[in-house]
Amino acid sequence: MIAPEFFYAAVIVMIGAFLALLRVFFGPSVPDRVVGVDTLNTLIVAGMVLLGAAYDRTIYIDIAIVYALLSYVGTLTIAKYLQGGLR
Amino acid sequence: MSAVTYVIYAFLGINILFNLLGSFSLHRFPDVYTRLHGATKCTTFGTIFAVLAVVVHAAYQLHLTGDPKYLQMALHSLVALVALLLTNPTGAHAIAKAAHLSGYKPAKAVIDAYEEKLRGGEE
Repeated sequence: MIAPEFFYAAVIVMIGAFLALLRVFFGPSVPDRVVGVDTLNTLIVAGMVLLGAAYDRTIYIDIAIVYALLSYVGTLTIAKYLQGGLR
Repeated sequence: MSAVTYVIYAFLGINILFNLLGSFSLHRFPDVYTRLHGATKCTTFGTIFAVLAVVVHAAYQLHLTGDPKYLQMALHSLVALVALLLTNPTGAHAIAKAAHLSGYKPAKAVIDAYEEKLRGGEE
């Protein structure tokens, strides 16, 4: 572990991601769960970038880029499905 | 500890504060739209500062060691930041529009301008 401050920051960001996961589990409606998943995706990207700096691996940050773009596609797909098709 | 370390700690502190505020706002707000408002804005702002902390760290290591992998780390972090800044508000807008069109109304709302626009047709 090269830089421990980035590691502990990533741990605290992952605690926030766990709080977002509670909203995904206990969300009373479907858009609440989608909001929880969207927040979870953003926090996971932040955690991946911080872990890439903590372990001194650039490949983690590359995976964070791909994860951000794919989670965007997933969010758009769920939103289109929720509003009843392509309208 | 140099001044760069304090800058990195300040950026990481802002990142942690705003990301945790975004997570708590999911549990403290009454309906979908206010939760979306709190969570999306706070986590986007916090992630900007996480990436800035990594960029400052990588630039400082590049200055110290001259290893080109730190330049690669800084540039790829900035690409991740640009991808997140372009996609996050667009996704939030799509979720809000989908939630409104699928019948979830705002709780405690006094005025619903989008509903009036949908009901009144073209202005």
